[in-house]
Amino acid sequence: MRTDRRIEDLLRQLAPQALGPLVRRHGRFDACEDAVQEALLAAAQQWPDEGVPLNPRAWLITVASRRLTDEARAEQARRAREDVVAARVPADEHVAPAADADLPAGEDDTLTLLFLCCQPELSGPSQVALTLRAVGGLTTAEIAAAFLVPEATMGQRISRAKQRIKATGILPDEERAERLPAVLHVLYLIFSEGYTASSGADLQRAELTTEAIRLTREVRRLLPDDGEVAGLLALMLLTDSRRAARTDPSGALIPLADQDRERWNRESIDEGVALVTAALKASPLGPYQVQAAIAAVHAEAPRSEDTDWPQIVALYGLLERLSPSPMVALNRAVAVAMAQGPEAGLELLAELGDDDRIAEHHRLAAVRAHLHEMAGDTDAAKAGYRDAARRTTSLPERTYLDARAARLD
Amino acid sequence: MKYMLMIYEHAGSREAALADGRVMAEAQAIMDELQQTGEMLGGQALADPSQTLTVQVADGVPAVTDGPFIESKEYLGGYVIIETETPERAVEIAARWPTGETPMELRPIMDGTGEEM
Repeated sequence: MRTDRRIEDLLRQLAPQALGPLVRRHGRFDACEDAVQEALLAAAQQWPDEGVPLNPRAWLITVASRRLTDEARAEQARRAREDVVAARVPADEHVAPAADADLPAGEDDTLTLLFLCCQPELSGPSQVALTLRAVGGLTTAEIAAAFLVPEATMGQRISRAKQRIKATGILPDEERAERLPAVLHVLYLIFSEGYTASSGADLQRAELTTEAIRLTREVRRLLPDDGEVAGLLALMLLTDSRRAARTDPSGALIPLADQDRERWNRESIDEGVALVTAALKASPLGPYQVQAAIAAVHAEAPRSEDTDWPQIVALYGLLERLSPSPMVALNRAVAVAMAQGPEAGLELLAELGDDDRIAEHHRLAAVRAHLHEMAGDTDAAKAGYRDAARRTTSLPERTYLDARAARLD
Repeated sequence: MKYMLMIYEHAGSREAALADGRVMAEAQAIMDELQQTGEMLGGQALADPSQTLTVQVADGVPAVTDGPFIESKEYLGGYVIIETETPERAVEIAARWPTGETPMELRPIMDGTGEEM
């Protein structure tokens, strides 16, 4: 059991720093990752009683190396029995360095591993699971609990993903820049998984938010000049600042307009606003920076009715050009309705109704209902909320939408 | 997205499937594949509908009767819980299930996450 919070944080931070050098030395991602995971487990059991070693990273590498050596010896013995010829592999390719071997610390081990975990051959969920384990240092059981699947299922997903990485090896430098958007996307996915969890029932899941912010801070430390990294971190902080206000004690969702803004986290807002302001000045524009800017406009309005909607309309227009999607168009329609009145918003929605990617989506039905309500068309609003409630697969959203409909009775 | 794959049967279909070894082998092969891919979350076969007990409380008194509440030609024979990346993949899995003429039902499972609007 990892009871000591301080040790747990330290281990998560050290996980990629121990794994990175091992992968660079041995190249066998799969075996190295298993070995580090065992070393982390040993540390979690021993350090609370015996104290944290002077050089905790070296301790983890030593224990993981020993594990790799044992495994390599067993493998050699097996090969020797089965096939004498095949055993003629230079010994140092199989045997890990001596226990006190001084493996150099790679400044960007975390990045190397993130690039490895986020390769396009892997599905999105595999990238997420592998990143949490190899870079985040979470156990399979913790990841399984966060995603509400059996531990065996998550173990199988992680081991399949690792097998594929073994085949692909380490990423050449020139491809790293191309891979960065995939890494940021995975970090964003981890964040949203945690953020959208309703309070109480899904606490373990909510910790993913903290983990995503920690990892993004780490990437920012390594790539301080990248505007999109800063934009993503700002977006996470600004979104997370609303966490305490977005649900009531029963876990029911509270829409942005009705949230108690006193409960928004000022510290996160200040950090997020500063980050995105600096990024927008210094870097080429990107979608995360624009999304963070939108979140900042909301965060800076003391009351819902003070929101600078025309500015949000302009920012969504920008976002639509940078990364067009029906969901962005939908959000822009909401902003247009707030700035110019519900009819203008409904006109934009009519166009979206022809887009197959979103026509059946509950969010479109929900927005339509809100705009009908704004326009005073109670019957259409009620029918729209009920329609959206039937379409969503989220329990808190269904409860919210049904309550919205019931209010109009 | 998580789904419950509901496998319907009708009188005689289970016996027919058991008699035809290929049907069971096919179903097993799909389940093995789902384990392999990490898409399988669980599942069970249900006992014959004749073993169903219907419990209904009226005025605080539970009335227990043998047999299902709704008599119908088709009944739920078992279920599999899967998690797939896309709805298309879930449909593909359902389409491969060897069910004979009875249809499969694929129903999304609700989750606890939600966005404020």
